[in-house]
Amino acid sequence: MKIGVLALQGGFIEHIHILQSLQVDTFEIRKKADLSQEMDGLIIPGGESTVIGKLLKDLDMYDDLKEKIEQGLPVFGTCAGMILLAKQIEGKSNACFGAIDITVKRNAYGRQLGSFFTEAEFKGIGIIPMTFIRAPYIESTGPNVEILSVVDEHIVAAREKNVLVTSYHPELTSDNRVHRYFIQSVCHCGLDPQSQEQILI
Amino acid sequence: MSTERYELNKNLAQMLKGGVIMDVSTPEQARIAEEAGAAAVMALERIPADIRAAGGVSRMSDPKMIKGIQAAVSIPVMAKVRIGHFVEAQILEALEIDYIDESEVLSPADDKFHVDKTKFKIPFVCGAKNLGEALRRIEEGASMIRTKGEPGTGDVIQAVRHIRAMLSEIRRIQSLKEDELYYAAKEMQVPFDLLKYVHENGKLPVVNFAAGGVATPADAALMMQLGAEGVFVGSGIFKSGNPAKRAQAIVKAVTNYNDPKILAEISADLGEAMIGINESEIQLLMAERGI
Repeated sequence: MKIGVLALQGGFIEHIHILQSLQVDTFEIRKKADLSQEMDGLIIPGGESTVIGKLLKDLDMYDDLKEKIEQGLPVFGTCAGMILLAKQIEGKSNACFGAIDITVKRNAYGRQLGSFFTEAEFKGIGIIPMTFIRAPYIESTGPNVEILSVVDEHIVAAREKNVLVTSYHPELTSDNRVHRYFIQSVCHCGLDPQSQEQILI
Repeated sequence: MSTERYELNKNLAQMLKGGVIMDVSTPEQARIAEEAGAAAVMALERIPADIRAAGGVSRMSDPKMIKGIQAAVSIPVMAKVRIGHFVEAQILEALEIDYIDESEVLSPADDKFHVDKTKFKIPFVCGAKNLGEALRRIEEGASMIRTKGEPGTGDVIQAVRHIRAMLSEIRRIQSLKEDELYYAAKEMQVPFDLLKYVHENGKLPVVNFAAGGVATPADAALMMQLGAEGVFVGSGIFKSGNPAKRAQAIVKAVTNYNDPKILAEISADLGEAMIGINESEIQLLMAERGI
């Protein structure tokens, strides 16, 4: 099993470290040629969605990735990754991949002073730590979208088929349960029995 | 500042990694920077090259100008305060800026004390030219470090010197025996706990960018290959012939810093680079401010 991590800009190394803690093979995707490698899943990390979105197009990677996601490649987007996967972005006419039927509000909690940490439920996992950095949230979801986390009445994690998104950054904590969920329930891959569940206390 | 707030502030810097932070002095420039792929912008009235040319005392920018830039873009907005000028920092905090740069580019307000950054909720980035300066700034509450380089020159030599100094000192600290760390901390005039972190992890406890003198995509890739986690570009963009194109090229260079073929492609036909000024020709070494 191998997971590709989009490494154009942002917090990609944190995802790679979590996947390594789960003994999952990973590779960085920085250019079109990197997309020729076989992968069982893709992670789009946090960062600036405007930067990552622009680089996807400038480096001629957008069409290939969009096709893979449409064909069912399991993909997990955190923060900026969620914005890039959403079908609609509030106040903007053009979405990026449009892979999950949600409307997202960017910088929904305001500037850096609005960034916060909390603990809340992720459906099926339990209470997990959640770090929100200039985060977006989901304003509305389509009929086939499963809502996975709600914080202060805002939807902050959701899934539709092969696409998983979170407003927060599980990769910034040492709790690897959301990544385990992605590998097992979205990618349908087995984890090494040796790999330990890490829970942040 | 609570530990939780400090973590969130370090986290924001983590999200800027692999990105380019660009100096802008008008909302129009901020939009050009955002469209070109800047991960954040630094709002300041005069870019370092102009500060250098104009001379005189340079201070925090006009809040009106900063607000204009905040309104123009959706990416994080940073702004500079003079070293030690905690009231300028309070003003920027009131403006809800995303990051404060306590910067040697402006005229220092205090020749001994830096701002006590632990008293603020807003994150700070500070310049450093070696490991000692970096750890002292972190102890004061900085949640991000950048090399000082020599701002406004377009000459990358000092940024290279500073990142090399910092990273070679980190390697030296890693190789020490644990009982030698006490003396090293005394010698470097840094807190023991932070030095121990460096010893155990082989890196700073915060994100480390390069800054000062970066003018071309090759300069940016050089800093990344030397070990920077991202790049600030000040005068290099808006002092060049074609700012938008150069900005885009530098953004791509930071992503694909290890791919000479891509670097060759994006370095072509960028128009005139900033003319710059050689290290040996300058009168004022900004990097000597705030140690």
